[in-house]
Amino acid sequence: MKNTMAIAWREIKTYFTSPMAYIIMAVYSALASYYFVTSISGVLPEATIRGFLIPSTLIFSLLSPLITMRLLAEEQKLGTLELLMTAPLKEYEIVLGKFIASLLTLVSTLVPTLYLVILLVMFGSPDLGPVLTGYLGLILFGMATLSLGLFASSLSPNQIVGAVLAMGVLIILSVIDLASNYVGGIFVTVVDQVSITNHFEDFSRGIIDTHDVVYYLLFTSFLLFLTIRSLESRRWR
Amino acid sequence: MERIHEGKSHTMADLKKETTIEVNNLTKYYGDYPAIEDISFTVNKGEILGFLGPNAAGKTTTMRILTGFMPPSGGSAKIAGYDVVSQSLEARRQIGYLPESVPLYTDMTVEDYLDFMGKIRGMDSKRRKTRIDDVISICRLEEYKSSIIGKLSKGFRQRVGISQAILHEPQVLILDEPTIGIDPIQVVETRNLIKDLGGEHTVILSSHILPEVSAVCERVIIIHEGQIVAEDRPDNLSNRLRATQRVEVDIRGPVSEVTPALRNVQGVRDVTHSGSNELSSYVIQSDGEDNITEDIAALIASKGWGLLRLQPTNMSLEEIFLSLTTTEAEKQ
Repeated sequence: MKNTMAIAWREIKTYFTSPMAYIIMAVYSALASYYFVTSISGVLPEATIRGFLIPSTLIFSLLSPLITMRLLAEEQKLGTLELLMTAPLKEYEIVLGKFIASLLTLVSTLVPTLYLVILLVMFGSPDLGPVLTGYLGLILFGMATLSLGLFASSLSPNQIVGAVLAMGVLIILSVIDLASNYVGGIFVTVVDQVSITNHFEDFSRGIIDTHDVVYYLLFTSFLLFLTIRSLESRRWR
Repeated sequence: MERIHEGKSHTMADLKKETTIEVNNLTKYYGDYPAIEDISFTVNKGEILGFLGPNAAGKTTTMRILTGFMPPSGGSAKIAGYDVVSQSLEARRQIGYLPESVPLYTDMTVEDYLDFMGKIRGMDSKRRKTRIDDVISICRLEEYKSSIIGKLSKGFRQRVGISQAILHEPQVLILDEPTIGIDPIQVVETRNLIKDLGGEHTVILSSHILPEVSAVCERVIIIHEGQIVAEDRPDNLSNRLRATQRVEVDIRGPVSEVTPALRNVQGVRDVTHSGSNELSSYVIQSDGEDNITEDIAALIASKGWGLLRLQPTNMSLEEIFLSLTTTEAEKQ
């Protein structure tokens, strides 16, 4: 645990001493505010944060790979992976440390959106249940996207390769449920269940379905496991 | 009383010869290509061992196996009694390692970097604090401890790399080409630093420069195309080298006359022959300083014997050494 935190702490410091974290925070806040304002400016405005929650899945699919892209790619490029792998560290400690750092960075980009919630409370009477489940859902969704991004980053010393690969896969996983109109039988269920955005719907409505929670947790653990394997495989090449 | 004394002196002798690194039949293949084949050696506690060989001889591969970065295809290696594969974590705890490329986190300051390296080696904050001060003064980095590593010159980065390797006071230090790419004054400083580290630490350092290992190491292993071709003290190796120049020659002529005549050629040390009386093969060894081939040819021609073959043979060790020493000469 100590080792994991040492790795995580170093990464967090790097995020917040470079412009990276702030740029991502600014971009996300701007987009979230835009969608929020459009959603409450309609004819029958609702006091919810659904307006920015739903587009957030697409935004996260693009932002998460940007957060994770340097995590393992840069270690390979600088050769510092050799230092980590020859230090008395286990692969899972390295991967978990990096993952925790990226998750904290992503969560911190959510903090400015609390301002929107405060606005809702001041000028309307929102139901706080869906707000809380919405944030929970976003964090779970974020975990899944970050784990995929981290895995992609382990595959190549080139950051761009990792980022583009992760974005591509995330977008496919987001839109795959559209295919349910064109396939039949069991495949309808399959594409609906595989879709990474489908599982988010309920959270934005204030429902915590264990089956959605399990989907995101399984997704995340599986990809973190793959990342650990990917690091281990470096020893066998 | 006497018994106790005896027992004590026995353990003292044992301690002195304690083996810290033990490598047995180590082999590593990259696909079908053997990077190292059947390498075995031991290093005693406190010894400085030099790994000498041209580029791509297998030095880095051996070091990477010892540090647990990659597993061997065959054979085994032990660091302080821990197997590098099955007890990898324990073995890695005993090692300080400076990879050839000197990888550093270029966006950190020297102090932060050392602090991080200390943390992942499980040092508590108190020990980190005192040790970081220690290594910064050992490697003379006082003025640069708050500098960003990316802005330091190559020589200072090298020092940061070394300070990182000795930070946790490891039993074993593995330094891959520690003086490559730094200026001559810094090379001397680095060599002295490494010399000082011997005794406390067991050191393996690799180099492709002969004078470097003779200056620093107590023992040298020469590795060429993945195999150990020689292992000795540096001065012995140099002596052996000086004494070896060899010419093979086939001559038609009476052995009883040819052999003494060849012996009389300036510089020849030994002549052996094989074959029939009329046509014999001779192996001539000389002291190596001047080239005797020409003299031999002239002698044979003047005596009217038949010269069928005249060939200076390759002493593989010498060849390697020559290539090593020429690289050094070119560098300067």
